[in-house]
Amino acid sequence: MLRKSLIAGLIAGTALMATTALAADKTSIVYIPKNTGNPYFDSLVQGFVDGCEKAGCTFTTAAPATAEATSQIPFITAQTQRGVNVIAISPNSPDALDQVFDRARAKGTLVFAVNGDITGNTQHRDAAILPVDFTKTGPGQVELVGSMIGYEGEIAILSATTDAPDQNAWIKDMVATLKSNPKYAKMTLVATVYGDDEPQKSTTVAEALLSKYPNLKGIIAPTTVGIAAAAQVVQSAGKAKTVHVTGLGTPNQMRPFIKDGTVSAFQLWSPYNEGLLSAYFAVAVKEGKIKNEPGATLDVPGLGKVTVGPDHVINTQAELTTFNAANIDKFNF
Amino acid sequence: MTPVGSPKPVDALDSAGQQPTATVSAPQSGREFAPARPIWQVLLIRPETVTLALLIGAIIVGSQLSRFFLDISYILESSTLYSEYSIVALMLTLVIISGEIDLSPASMMALSACVFASVFQAGAPIWLAILASFACGLAMGAFNAILVIGFRLPSIIVTIGTLTLYRGLAQVLAGDRSISHFPDWFVGIDYREILDVPVPVILFTVAAIIVGLFLGMTIPGRQIYQIGTNEIAARHAGIRVQRIKAGLFVGMGLVASLAGLITASRLASVRYDMATGGELQMVLMVMLGGTYIFGGRGTILGTFLASWLLVIIATGMTVANIVVTSQLIVMGVLLITSIIATNAIYARSQR
Repeated sequence: MLRKSLIAGLIAGTALMATTALAADKTSIVYIPKNTGNPYFDSLVQGFVDGCEKAGCTFTTAAPATAEATSQIPFITAQTQRGVNVIAISPNSPDALDQVFDRARAKGTLVFAVNGDITGNTQHRDAAILPVDFTKTGPGQVELVGSMIGYEGEIAILSATTDAPDQNAWIKDMVATLKSNPKYAKMTLVATVYGDDEPQKSTTVAEALLSKYPNLKGIIAPTTVGIAAAAQVVQSAGKAKTVHVTGLGTPNQMRPFIKDGTVSAFQLWSPYNEGLLSAYFAVAVKEGKIKNEPGATLDVPGLGKVTVGPDHVINTQAELTTFNAANIDKFNF
Repeated sequence: MTPVGSPKPVDALDSAGQQPTATVSAPQSGREFAPARPIWQVLLIRPETVTLALLIGAIIVGSQLSRFFLDISYILESSTLYSEYSIVALMLTLVIISGEIDLSPASMMALSACVFASVFQAGAPIWLAILASFACGLAMGAFNAILVIGFRLPSIIVTIGTLTLYRGLAQVLAGDRSISHFPDWFVGIDYREILDVPVPVILFTVAAIIVGLFLGMTIPGRQIYQIGTNEIAARHAGIRVQRIKAGLFVGMGLVASLAGLITASRLASVRYDMATGGELQMVLMVMLGGTYIFGGRGTILGTFLASWLLVIIATGMTVANIVVTSQLIVMGVLLITSIIATNAIYARSQR
């Protein structure tokens, strides 16, 4: 009797071990955001969770308390020790993580940079999943403000700091687009001002724009601080009907201005989609469905066909996501 | 029971349990002494024993939390992330025993590493860059010493000031960019192993033995305890208090620049924000090791064990995917517990 139950127990135990082994066969992914408590990354994590549910992988996330350059290192070491298949990380430093990445990869772990790349050290990661094709940001913003003002009239740009590399690249594209495309021939850029990404200064320069250019019809603020400040100024001045504010902002921050009609639309990328794509891509590479090499393509439900670009860079979206009254409640970041 | 004679005399049984070398008033005849405590009490009821017990407990809990934890090569690899702080904590133990504190070592690490990187980037040979880094550490330590000892300012205020100052200078020197591209032999000290033990761990262990022997066995080492217990008495006993304290602050600068170089090698890059907040980790190690914050008591063994305790706890929780907020709570509770234990034990042994 005793022996029988022992054997039964053994069989049950073996079966249990077999099932856990089976579960372990699924691709395991960990995502390491820059730090905890950031709604932007919470949205990205949700993309991973949903992506893993559909693509079939196990997912965990672990984050340091601060976004300091080295704070992610213990997490990478620990996840390598746990034997995860894929480490997806939004790196806090472009170079301090190289060594620990190499060590993880030497043990067979795939390392993906998500949302930001380790520029200049890209040989230390396997792929980078970036939010959007940034060369389309400038033209996209011009088209959006053009559609609001009927492609005619004075516009201004409210940017971050004078040496912000992203914003300056986009502004350059905006200026080039305005000049080269005949569609925008009747639009004139009257000023580019800088709010230094400080709410107070951004408000002051936005107020100055309104008083200095009475015929101003549109403001593009390609920075989250700037667009909120500009919207606030236009709202307080009661000029929402005549001056159209748009730019790059986050849904949570811009929700009140969309709801009360101060801003009709603005743009950004979707961190959720980055997580979703990363999950699908990780599973496809790990299961050998695609090769992680430039030119490889992958169909992701909801995102369409994405292509691995030069240097293993994948742009999640070709175009920016436009947020307006119709869709803003679907986003929470 | 302390002998009469000086107003606040040195404990006959100081924290290392040995006779101090310089100032022991001869016991006066006719006075009654409390019976000596049994030897097992002397050995067991010590702050280091608490640290050791916590360390063993942490290893057991860690192995229960995650099956990936109990892997010596992983623990050693993880410990390299903390060995810079551990090495500085050894020196900091001496400073705290002497009754002072130095909160600037993490900033000193950053500035000396930035000096190293800038000199190297300017085209100088790397040995010169390393030399410049140590010279910078020496100067920073000396500056702290001048303010604390020369101007008789409280070390906590001085080093909070230089904590900010040195970090600021590092930012001025290196800017917001990171400096890298060091030669291959310099990079990756944490991947070099001797008998499967990473080099930073060996450095830490050797440093602990050297500093431990210095503190426990040499005359200047023993004098540090006396300075911390009662500085006035120590001065009256002919101990060169100022010279020893100045030496400790300068030593901090040198050790911090060594730690900065190890970090630069480990990360293969230098930025002004290197080791931000590291001073708290270092103080945590010293406190967890049972060193008395008001000076006069503490051992290197305690700090050594506490460094491992910190490594084990952080590693164990991280590999078990415990969220970082809970990790911070555990650390805080641990620190408070250990301080209470330390105080209770010292109160007991002082009776």
